[in-house]
Parts: sequence; structure tokens; C-alpha cells
Amino acid sequence: MNAPAPEIAIEVEGLTKSFNGRVVVRDLSMRVKRGEIYGFLGPNGSGKTTTIRMLCGLLTPDAGRGTCLGFDIRTEADKIKRRVGYMTQRFSLYQDLSVRENLEFVARLYGVADPVGAARAMVERLGLKGREEQLAGSLSGGWKQRLALGACTLPEPQLLLLDEPTAGVDPKARREFWNEIHALAGQGLTVLVSTHYMDEAERCHEIAYIAYGQLLTVGSVPEVIAGAHLVTYTVSGDDLGRIATELEACEGVDMVAPFGASLHVSGRDRDKLEAAMTPLRENRSLRIEPSEASLEDVFIDLMSRSRDNFQ
Amino acid sequence: MTAGALGFWRRTRAMLIKEFIQLRRDRVSFAMIVMIPIMQLVLFGYAINTTPRDLPTAVLVQETSDVGRSILAALKNTKYFAVVKHARDADEFDSLLKSGRVLFGIEIPVGFERALRRGETPALLIAADATDPMATAAALGALNGVVRSALAHDRAIPDSDPGTFEFRTHARYNPAAVSALNIVPGLVGTILTMTMLIFTALSVTRELERGTMESLLAMPITPIEIMFGKIIPYVIVGLVQASLIIGAGIVLFGVPVLGSMALLTALSTLFITANLSIGYSFSTVAQNQLQAVQMTFMFFLPNILLSGFMFPFAGMPGWAQVIGEALPLTHYIRIVRAIMLKGAMLDELHYDAGALAILMLVAMVIAVTRFRRTLD
Ligand SMILES: Nc1ncnc2c1ncn2[C@@H]1O[C@H](COP(=O)(O)OP(=O)(O)OP(=O)(O)O)[C@@H](O)[C@H]1O
Ligand SMILES: [Mg+2]
Repeated sequence: MNAPAPEIAIEVEGLTKSFNGRVVVRDLSMRVKRGEIYGFLGPNGSGKTTTIRMLCGLLTPDAGRGTCLGFDIRTEADKIKRRVGYMTQRFSLYQDLSVRENLEFVARLYGVADPVGAARAMVERLGLKGREEQLAGSLSGGWKQRLALGACTLPEPQLLLLDEPTAGVDPKARREFWNEIHALAGQGLTVLVSTHYMDEAERCHEIAYIAYGQLLTVGSVPEVIAGAHLVTYTVSGDDLGRIATELEACEGVDMVAPFGASLHVSGRDRDKLEAAMTPLRENRSLRIEPSEASLEDVFIDLMSRSRDNFQ
Repeated sequence: MTAGALGFWRRTRAMLIKEFIQLRRDRVSFAMIVMIPIMQLVLFGYAINTTPRDLPTAVLVQETSDVGRSILAALKNTKYFAVVKHARDADEFDSLLKSGRVLFGIEIPVGFERALRRGETPALLIAADATDPMATAAALGALNGVVRSALAHDRAIPDSDPGTFEFRTHARYNPAAVSALNIVPGLVGTILTMTMLIFTALSVTRELERGTMESLLAMPITPIEIMFGKIIPYVIVGLVQASLIIGAGIVLFGVPVLGSMALLTALSTLFITANLSIGYSFSTVAQNQLQAVQMTFMFFLPNILLSGFMFPFAGMPGWAQVIGEALPLTHYIRIVRAIMLKGAMLDELHYDAGALAILMLVAMVIAVTRFRRTLD
């Protein structure tokens, strides 16, 4: 089995998928470089899971073409499956099998040389020692996620597709999970991971934002922020609730979001935003400082703009 | 072994180990393996009596005579018998009975007419396949009167008063006409049909409904490997169940096993696999577990009614027999009766064994082609 080792792990063009006449993924193109952690973000129902499923041959695209690890996603799904680990959004290992039995099943299925030994090693690596015989269904959410990650890395894939791997996991477990993902990427693994968490997005080498089935922006975190051309001010002081309501009504203010004891006010047009801010500057009790837009500001802005365009 | 075959076996084995563990954990299924035989023993323990028609009959005419012709004509006039074959010699006559192609054999011996005219009481030999006593008993009862009255109207016999000849009836294979001997072989097949269908009918839909199908499909395993992995564990379960019932039949009812135990095991394996494949094919067609269960019952009903288990197969109308031939239970009941009660060998059973193999292959092909490899 001589796997081709191109620099590009995933390359797709024009992927389109609809269910019952409703387009769920529209003309989506993307490239993921080998060894990269690629974050996949977007609101609920935007088509992240659908896209990931098309990449590993679980769904057939209506239109478009592409390769995954150099294999055609339409015709070489078998070869892709052998080299890709897919962690589903919903826990999909066997709940009535123990941790050990689940791992041994995966190891046997992929033809790992010593399935029992490989499963035991993975149990240790996951820190699940002492829980080997516990049924997977009785594990807590965080442990389930670890087990699922373990199961899909066990056959030593070249590409990991992780669909919201840390949903509902506590911050410490989440950090450990991401340390693990970085360690795997360090070994040359490519990781495509979907998430709703901004801090996770910031730990990716590259991110893509998808809404209503369309890819809206791609790049590293600084590139995405710069590309949004958002002018942002932080307003702090008294009576912010009333000010927020006033600002939202102003032309040129695209977004107002409270952040602790301050407000993030942003707009795409600098002149109009300045005009809207002018009355506030007369209020001596307020402190107004220019600041950099956060990733979240950018995403919320992208989302509201795309809603205007597609709905 | 080639690399391909090795991989095939490796993945199938992974799947079947998993299925075994799941079966072991599933207390309900486990209880079913024991409960269903007990339930059905109670339910079907009662004999169901019916009056059959058109029982296939072979005749062996050892002499050509008017009396012989009269008797044959009378037989044909009754609704009970259908003469399907004139045997050439005693060997053919015997093999027709043994293979189950006929339930009755009527032999007119050499010198029958002459003995009759001389006022001796010659014997008309009747051989009845009593492995199916419900079917044969009623017809035997009718035979006497029918033939006697036919001969009474026959001018060829001048003084034909009652008692001029005798019937020498020979109930073959199950001389005492014990119902249990007939019920037990049928019961083995019925219970196996029920449990085997249910086990596999739920297997694919269960993976779909529990969400585990998504992981499974993302792994490099083919539909055939999944199918074998899901069928093989239950072949073993089925064989255990079959030996339980047959064992109970031998111990409790004294049912003999005249034929080869190895042949019975081999053909039982074939039958079990055929039913598992059919159940599995339902599982690939059904959208959810409820549908799979409904399909199983839709299939199970004709198995009970049209296989010859509940009503004598030979007494059923033609269309029902055609449906019956398409059911594995029909063939298995014939096989079990023939092996256990008649000591039949494979060359007498190749038709039924072949039919089972064909039904199994058809179900497997449907299952593999219907299996959805994507979540579309
Ligand atoms: N098999 C299916 N049949 C019909 N509609 C589907 C199917 N799968 C997904 N959809 C629809 O497609 C849309 C996109 O779903 P998808 O699961 O890809 O979104 P997502 O980005 O993963 O969302 P989330 O963040 O909530 O997981 C949704 O509106 C969903 O209802
Ligand atoms: Mg999703």
C-alpha cells in the first residue's frame, strides 16, 4: 500500500448537497494542507457535518469533485476510509461494549497487528486505565469523547475528521483534548475539526467559516479578522444597557455586544461608525477606546450579513 | 490464503466477535432463546386435525386385470387420492414413498384377481407414510368403504359380498401414528424460523437507530463482511437451539433419529443460515425496527400455515403449495421428517436441500445489494 503523500490533504471544489430539495451545502471549495489543524466553524445547521460526511464517503455529493489524501471522494471511498479517522458528532461507538472491547473491535477491523495489545496501549494513552471493563454507555460525556478520539486514532490514520469533538466537555478536559490534537498534528497528522468555541478556533492553523451551506471566509485567525475590515470600539462606563439600545438603532453600527463591564461596538464603514459615536464622545462618564475586533465579532458579523443575503 | 481473503476474514471476525459480545450482554435475546421453544411447545403441542384431499399416491400394479382397473378407477374417483405415479417395480415404489413424493402406495399383488374369483381373501397392500399421521389417517379410513363399494358394482366379480378380500395396511415409518413424532420435527423448524428471523431482522436497523452505523460505515468494511459477521454468531445459537429441541424430542417423546446425525446437522445449518439471511435482508430493507418486526411476522405467518407444519402440505390448494415451496420451513420439515423418521440419505433429499440453498442465496443477494453504504 503505497499511499501518495501530496502536500494537500483535502482538496474539494464545488461540493453541493441537498436534502429533499433544500440545499444544505452550496458550491463549497476548500484546501487543507498536510499536517495542518483546520478549524471548521459555523452556526447550527450550516452544513459542517454534511461537508465532513461528504469528505469521508458517507454522503455522495450532488455536484462537485475533490480528493481526500489524493483519493477521489466519489470513487475511492474505500481507500479513504482506510486512512481516515472520523469522530462523529454524536457518540457512535457501541454503548453495550466495554472500553476495551470497543477499541479491540476497531483494531481488528483495521487489521492492526496485535489488537489486544494496541487496545491496551490506547487505554493507557487515554488515561482510561481502571475503566477498561466499564461499558462505553456508562462513561461520562468527557470520557466518551476521549474514547471516541482514541478509537479513531488507533488505526494510525493520516487524516482526522473531528465533528465537534469537545461539545459538552469541561474546560480542563477540553484543553487536554486540544493538547492531544496538537501532539498528533506534530506527528504529521492532518486534522479537520469543527467547533463552536472561539478559543478552539484560535488554536487552529487555519479556519473556515460556513453559514447556510456557503463558505464565507478562510484563512489564519489574523487573516480572517483583518479580512473582515471591522472597525471596533470598546465603550465602558455607566448605563451601558441604554447606550447599547441607542447604538443599535444608529446607521453605521453593525453590531453591539456587551463584554463584561464594556460594550463592543463595530461597523464595517469607518466614517459612518464615527458619526454614530460622536454623540457618545460628549458624555464624559464614558470611556471610548479603539480596539481590535475579536474573532467572535467577526463571525457574528459574517453571520448577520449572510442572513441578509440568503434568507 | 490471498491478502484479500485474509482481510475479508479479519474484518468479518472483528464483526462477529462484536456481535457475540453484544448478544451475551442482551438479556432479552438470551431469554428468547430459551423462552420461545417452551412457548411454542405449549402452543403447538395440540394436534390439529384436518381432512386432506388429493393425497399423492403411487400404485404398483403387479398384474393387469379387470379388478385392478376397477380399483384404480374407484381410487381416482375419490377426492382423497390423486394417483401421480405408476411405479415400475417395488424399488421405485419404495423410493417414491421414502422421498415423500407420495404419501400412499397401493399395490395390487400378482394373482389378486384369480384369488378373488376363487373366493379366497387376497390382500390389497396399502403403504401409508405415517410420518404425517394427520394426513393419512382420515384417508385410510375412507379407503376401505370406497374400494369395497366400487367393486360391488363391478360385474367382473360375480359374487362380491363384503369380506371377499382384505386390506393389508402398512403404516410405514411411524407405525403407531404418534403425533409427537410428527410435531417434533415440525417444531424444530418452526422455532428456528421464528428466532433466527428476529435475531437478524433487527441487526442493521438497530445499528441505524443507535447511531453506530455512522462509525461503522466510516470504517473499511464491506456489506458482505458486515452480513457474515452478523449471521455467523447466530448460526451457532441456532444449532444450540436445534439440538435442545431435538434432544427434548428424543428424551421426552422418544422420537427416533433413524438417519445420519451429521446430515441432519449439516442441513439444519443450511436451514438456519437461510432464515438468518432472510431476516437480515428484511433488516436492510426496513427503515426502522418496527418495520423489520412487521416484515418478520408477515413472513412468519405463511411459514406456519403453508409449510405442512400445521396442515398437510399435500392437502393444500395448488397456489398455496406454490407459496409453500418458496418457504424454507416447508423444505426443512420434509428434511427433518425424512432423516429422523425414515432414515433418508442426502440423495433422497437433494431437491429440498437445493431449494434451501437457493432461498439462502437469493436472500443474501438482496441483502447485499440493498445495504445502504452511505447515509444519503
Ligand atoms: N440526512 C439528512 N436528511 C435531511 N436533512 C438533513 C440530513 N442531514 C442534515 N440535514 C439538514 O442539513 C442541514 C445541515 O446539517 P448539518 O448537520 O450539516 O449542520 P451542522 O453545521 O453540522 O450543524 P450543527 O452545528 O448543529 O451540528 C440541517 O438543516 C439539517 O437539518
Ligand atoms: Mg454537525
